[in-house]
Amino acid sequence: MKSLYAQQELDITLTRLAHQLIENHLDFSDTVIIGLQPRGVFLSDRIHQKLQQLLPEINIPYGKLDITFYRDDFNSGGSLHQAQETQLDFSVSGKKVILIDDVLYTGRSIRAGLDALLDFGRPEHVELLVLIDRRFSREVPIQPDYVGMSVDVINNQKVKVLWKEHEGKDEVVMIGTK
Amino acid sequence: MSLSVKHLLGIKDLLPSDIELILKTAEKFKEVLQRPIKKVPTLRDTSIVNLFFENSTRTRISFELAEKRLSADTINFAASGSSVSKGETLIDTAKNILSMKVDMVVMRHSATGAPHFLANHINASIVNAGDGINEHPTQALLDAFSMTEKLGNLKGKKIAIIGDIMHSRVALSNIYCLTKLGAEVIVCGPPTLIPKHIETLGVKVSYDVRKTLEWCDVANVLRIQLERQNKPLFSSLREYSMYYGVSKSLLDSVKKDIVIMHPGPINRGVELSSDVADSKQSIILDQVENGVAVRMAVLYLLAGKKDNLI
Repeated sequence: MKSLYAQQELDITLTRLAHQLIENHLDFSDTVIIGLQPRGVFLSDRIHQKLQQLLPEINIPYGKLDITFYRDDFNSGGSLHQAQETQLDFSVSGKKVILIDDVLYTGRSIRAGLDALLDFGRPEHVELLVLIDRRFSREVPIQPDYVGMSVDVINNQKVKVLWKEHEGKDEVVMIGTK
Repeated sequence: MSLSVKHLLGIKDLLPSDIELILKTAEKFKEVLQRPIKKVPTLRDTSIVNLFFENSTRTRISFELAEKRLSADTINFAASGSSVSKGETLIDTAKNILSMKVDMVVMRHSATGAPHFLANHINASIVNAGDGINEHPTQALLDAFSMTEKLGNLKGKKIAIIGDIMHSRVALSNIYCLTKLGAEVIVCGPPTLIPKHIETLGVKVSYDVRKTLEWCDVANVLRIQLERQNKPLFSSLREYSMYYGVSKSLLDSVKKDIVIMHPGPINRGVELSSDVADSKQSIILDQVENGVAVRMAVLYLLAGKKDNLI
């Protein structure tokens, strides 16, 4: 297990991502934030928190989206994914949506996320924010708009983001290195 | 995460963890059903046949809706008007339908054990939608789901099943399901409608509706199944209603907020009076609503077992 990102650097990156969002969305009047279940939600919680600290007077709509029933690997073997909670108590029609996930790898989760999102209405446009972009490994043409860090790792390695709320520490690690 | 069974033939075969997984998954599907687009693409490559050899309103519509909301292709079969009346056997009927590349079978039959029999002869997953007087597993699951919604965890909760226990597949499935989830169960009805030795399933027996209502948190009232009774088991419907019917005055005199359930169809004025069936205490229509989500969960979890699909 090799560490790619430690706590302090991670915090700086999250602050930068929050500022980039403000740069593009200013007062967030038509913008909503949606984190993808299960692990994108840890990141979106943080980003939403940062934004609310930076813009205390604005209430930014924030939801969570589960993609289990939209996955394309339902019948390709392996065990089923446990569905998580979807919590979207606002309409996305006509809104600018910022989708948030922790690691962008093949792009298939985001593809499923887009399908799931469109079942809640027709957003004006959708942007993608990820903490880790695993470059050169996409299986569908999906690219992020905001990136915390780009990494190049070979396919049998796994990149995992650990969170204080869940794993006890903030860190990005690479698993399976020899 | 997956079920321990290939078919859903009865609650008898399920582990408590299977039941919990189905109920947990059903919660997620219930949320899907509140969305503007109440449909997910999960089973778009799955075909399901609904084989109904016996009449049904709720269960058939509920299964069909569940299948459609999962994007599965559905085929409906009713015994009347089919080649069954020309003498085709059950296995032949099923095999012929399955040879047209159908992946799952939802089946209701008036003969106890018909889906179990079919499960030994065909490859597809079978969901029992009621077999004779044996089991009606999805009804028990949606009952448990509705009770959990209302009362939280069912461990230690007091559930009464009142009515025609002898001929009710809902009663048997409910008993298996509720005891596996740790609830306390009493069955209540006239002695002629309570099977002998039912205590061996871990339930208590009562012949007194008032005492039962005083004891319970939930009363699941069942229909008198006249169509299955070959000999008279009580003198008249009027007498049954007087001694075993749940009426508003009886319920008021118990002075307790009991949740009233009924699997439908109701014989109004027999086992349940109209004012009780339509009262705030009754969650009968919630049961019907939850049925779709629970059946989606069952179909999803069974189809997701890879060796299930042919």
